[in-house]
Amino acid sequence: MSTGTPPLTNPPKPQTRALNCPQCGAAIVLRSLGHAETVVCSSCHSILDAKDPNLQVLQKFQVATSEVPPLIPLGTRGKLRGTDYEVIGFQRRSIKVEGVRYDWHEYVLFNPYKGTRYLTEYCGHWNDITVCKELPSVGFAQATYLGETYKHFQTADANTNYVLGEFPWQVRVDEHATATDYVSPPRMLSSEKTANEVTWSLGEYTYGTDIWKAFQLPGTPPEPVGVYENQPSPVSDNVKGIWAAFLGFAFLLLIAMAAFDLTSSKGTVFDHSYVFQSGEPKGEASFVTDIFDLAGRTANVEITTSANVDNAWIYLNYALINQDTGQAWDFGREVSYYYGRDSDGSWSEGSQKDSVIVPSVPAGHYYLRIEPEGDSKHPPIGYSVEVKRGVPVFGFFGIAFLALLIPAIVITWRYISFERARWSESDHPPVKIGNSED
Amino acid sequence: MTQPVSNCPNCGAKIVFQWSSSVQTVCQYCKSILVRTDVDLEKVGKVADLPPDSSPIQLNTEGIYRNKAFVVIGRILYEYDQGGWNEWHIVMNDGKSAWLSDAQNEYAISFATTTTGLPTAAQVQVGQQYTWNNQRYTVSVITPAHYRGVEGELPFPYWDKTQVTFADLRSETGKFATLDFSDEQPALYLGEFVEFDDLKLKNLRSFEGW
Repeated sequence: MSTGTPPLTNPPKPQTRALNCPQCGAAIVLRSLGHAETVVCSSCHSILDAKDPNLQVLQKFQVATSEVPPLIPLGTRGKLRGTDYEVIGFQRRSIKVEGVRYDWHEYVLFNPYKGTRYLTEYCGHWNDITVCKELPSVGFAQATYLGETYKHFQTADANTNYVLGEFPWQVRVDEHATATDYVSPPRMLSSEKTANEVTWSLGEYTYGTDIWKAFQLPGTPPEPVGVYENQPSPVSDNVKGIWAAFLGFAFLLLIAMAAFDLTSSKGTVFDHSYVFQSGEPKGEASFVTDIFDLAGRTANVEITTSANVDNAWIYLNYALINQDTGQAWDFGREVSYYYGRDSDGSWSEGSQKDSVIVPSVPAGHYYLRIEPEGDSKHPPIGYSVEVKRGVPVFGFFGIAFLALLIPAIVITWRYISFERARWSESDHPPVKIGNSED
Repeated sequence: MTQPVSNCPNCGAKIVFQWSSSVQTVCQYCKSILVRTDVDLEKVGKVADLPPDSSPIQLNTEGIYRNKAFVVIGRILYEYDQGGWNEWHIVMNDGKSAWLSDAQNEYAISFATTTTGLPTAAQVQVGQQYTWNNQRYTVSVITPAHYRGVEGELPFPYWDKTQVTFADLRSETGKFATLDFSDEQPALYLGEFVEFDDLKLKNLRSFEGW
């Protein structure tokens, strides 16, 4: 005032103006003063011209008695992102997709300095929405806003069905706009197109519990139903990262396997061929082999039996015996191979080779006692016995590999099924697999 | 204070120009619209009271834009069929004048340009693109508006304008443009959207209960 400026000619006026509905006389409260373009009488549902001192009636609409009241009552104040906002308007809107109507609710929030902000609620899913200042660029089935790419989700004709409170624009029941949604969870980019304007807005998925906290609402928010278009996946979004981790661990496993393989003392320690003569007149068919050395640390031993069985079988009773301690490992192996041809074509059963692993055999001097048995009418069968030391067993690694693979697959599967649930509601539903109902 | 001082030709009140280039002002006592001629002030009309309005900005509101302090010295209030908006005339501390628009609390600062070869109102359509200063703009809305009132100092005599047409253009970078078709020669304003908090505004209007 030092410059001699006279006092302001428009001193601040009280924010809330009390008025009466010209239709029914009920009190009308204007919460946003000059921002309100239209205000709805809550008792007779006349849409009134908030700019007109006489609140001229612009439209009247019928309200079903089943109309759901706003979950956040008009006039409620809450703090969103550090700014106080008051709920000044509420509307129910709907789209129709394949004959099915989907309803959602919109809340108009107001702060006299920061302006308006919106909340939407659909089946317990909330979005915190602001109008875009920058212009998104629209491409084929996607849009880019502030460097982020959003995938086209749905384009539908949105209808306004019910309004309550005041709006900073000319609101009417039964007004239509073409609503297009693009998603990049947890954000969504929406455009609303009318004859002379396209408005873009940016929504961020918000949990009902956060809304309840912000507006200090009693009770608990409604449970969200289904998957919403920009709902963040509860499964890690980073499926690629999980697979990268899997590959990393699998590589480490391979290295461990290679190290294990390299450090084990392996190799053939015994190899010998025999002939089994059926109907051996001598009673004792068993014999012992030469002594062979098993060196190194305690490790497994692989005994491989190869027999030229041809539609025949041979059974060998083995005993691996430690010459020094007398410790023995008894086991029996059968080698049989049958083949032929019948009405279904050729067939075969068994194999001319059999392997068995005897685990944890300490080092020492060993020999095998072998007792073959066979079909007495069969011609002689030649067979060979090979003993190998320290055969790498990769079963443990296989289990470790699966232990890594299974979580990766489960997470991927959960991620994919969540995304399928999301996109099944869109204009781009995923291709159905099998008979499953999406 | 070095601002030029005059007296209202209508009521004799002292008229102080806060900005030396102001062409028009409103006498704050008798509401006469005064246009500055070479030597004196001429009364060209009288403003009606401004309708109740809810812009948090008012005359003498101060702020900072791009490290330059500014003060609000005037205003034009426009109305169109979907509402109204304010163009607050601001003067930066380097003497440049600019506009701080408040359209339902969406704030933007713009500067007048001397760009020529602009399209006419009849040529502009929603969705059309233009490039100025290497920046591509898309026409987002064409608004036929009328002016609802003026306050304070303006850089041009605006009192007799009633019906005006504006084309708003947006870019993908937060820059915006306005084509003003109120004169025979279209005028181009270029600017950008600004965040309320970034302007660090002082001397704001207070709202009861807020």
